[in-house]
Amino acid sequence: MIQPRFSNLPPGFRIQRETNTEEFFINMGPQHPSTHGALRLALRMDGETIVELVPHFGYIHRGMEKQAESMSYLQYIALSDRQDYLTAIQNNLGVVIALEKGMNVGVPEKGEYIRVMLQELGRIASHLVFYGCFGGDLGGQTCLLFGFKEREMIHDILEEVTGSRLTTNFFRPGGSRYDVPDTFIPRVKAFLDHLEDAMRDYERFLSKNIIVLERSIGIGVLSKEDAIAYGCSGPVLRASGVEFDVRRANPYSIYDQFDFDIPVFHNGDCYDRYKIRIAEIHESMKILRQCIDKFPKDGPWRSKEKPVRLPVGRYYSEIETAKGLYATYVVAATTGEKPYRIHTRGPSFPHIAALNKMVQGHKVSDLVTIMATLDPVIPEIDR
Amino acid sequence: MQENITLLQYFKRYFKRCITGPWSLMCGLSVSLKYFFDPRRIVTEQYPENRKTLRMHPRYRGRLEMIEDADGNNHCTACGMCERACPNASINVLSTKNIAGKKVLGRYVYHFASCTQCGLCVEACPFGAIRMNQDFEVATTDPNTLEMILNKKEGQG
Ligand code: SF4
Ligand code: SF4
Repeated sequence: MIQPRFSNLPPGFRIQRETNTEEFFINMGPQHPSTHGALRLALRMDGETIVELVPHFGYIHRGMEKQAESMSYLQYIALSDRQDYLTAIQNNLGVVIALEKGMNVGVPEKGEYIRVMLQELGRIASHLVFYGCFGGDLGGQTCLLFGFKEREMIHDILEEVTGSRLTTNFFRPGGSRYDVPDTFIPRVKAFLDHLEDAMRDYERFLSKNIIVLERSIGIGVLSKEDAIAYGCSGPVLRASGVEFDVRRANPYSIYDQFDFDIPVFHNGDCYDRYKIRIAEIHESMKILRQCIDKFPKDGPWRSKEKPVRLPVGRYYSEIETAKGLYATYVVAATTGEKPYRIHTRGPSFPHIAALNKMVQGHKVSDLVTIMATLDPVIPEIDR
Repeated sequence: MQENITLLQYFKRYFKRCITGPWSLMCGLSVSLKYFFDPRRIVTEQYPENRKTLRMHPRYRGRLEMIEDADGNNHCTACGMCERACPNASINVLSTKNIAGKKVLGRYVYHFASCTQCGLCVEACPFGAIRMNQDFEVATTDPNTLEMILNKKEGQG
């Protein structure tokens, strides 16, 4: 493994610091572009080195969980789009699975295939945004255009299927809102062929780039123990060497019928967190190709429509979004169409909480790299 | 992280990176140039120029509108299901009574400014009286135009 730049000088060449320095505070954000939203980071600095970091949340808090108490379940599905807007279609599924457990309805086979395909398309779209932002935060604006180019194609497909690019509001208990149009499968097939070609270029562009290597290898190491202790999930956890993916550990929908790998890397640094997302794009493409082969031609795509009313009880669902573990906990105190309380466990909050561990001893420019590889979405934290 | 390496190892690695570094940058640049010169890789749409031919998908959720026939009759019975389904109170169904004393639609008031285009109202309507159209250029300079009355005719049905 290549070591970080400034620490690998031979002993005689290391600069011995004997001067006295004074610590000072600076604010990063809430308008800083690399904090990916309205997030304020208070930094305690020693020269250019970060001693401590304290994140401050709440700049775009909308009280979604409180709002949910006065909403019907269907309206909450539409609201879940607005939590993590990069993986809206996956949030929809998380909520819907919890509701299905309460209503005790199943989903026909075709409905499940539609779900899995849209999930994986959403995952690729989110990881492509990561690719763009990672390159962009390191100063390579070309990546931003590359990543968003393919993401637009996914959103075109989503728009044709669901009616909206970002706020999809598509899944319903027992299936989804519409059947997919006839053009869906050919379009996905053509897109996959295109993406395979494009990813080859994109990896050639960034994966071996010396600037990326020097700025990400050995930067922001998150140890396995810390990753578990902070409750990290998704690619961040797997880049630290823990093989945990809800799709494998606790399969929902029909993920147990597909053949795919869970990529795991062991260094826990920024470069591993980059590589794991590239590897996950390839795994998602693998799942999509299997879906296309096995996609049922006809048959029902949703079970019989029922009013969304849940009996008294507590219902829990967890799914793997592109960012990590997304769990929904629904408490129904009365039988009816309104919840008593809906709680969401989002993946981004633990990642920002672990940020302090990762940045200590690094420079401010490394903080930007580390933030980019955590891929947080702040509106999802400030629900 | 600190590692103890000899000076020789250090310089060996230094010069190796002097070669591989620029080479990796060249690889990246070749990708950029490929995308710069190859006309097949252009994906940009020339938006204001192509607005004559630009059409949204049929499921696209634009502005809410009422399905009316040529005479302006609609299927709405003023049941208010859409009003209840809307998460942000963008619809007010004002009902009235016709001469026979039956409840009919008076005015269907739609607040486009607060609508999030979620489509729940269309889903909730039991009579299929409303739909979402394919308008996507909805910006306006006059906020009063955002308050709309969707039905042309009052008190029928
Ligand atoms: S689309 Fe959604 S927000 Fe708009 S009027 Fe219908 S229910 Fe309300
Ligand atoms: S549009 Fe449909 S749901 Fe709304 S009041 Fe009329 S009939 Fe009822």
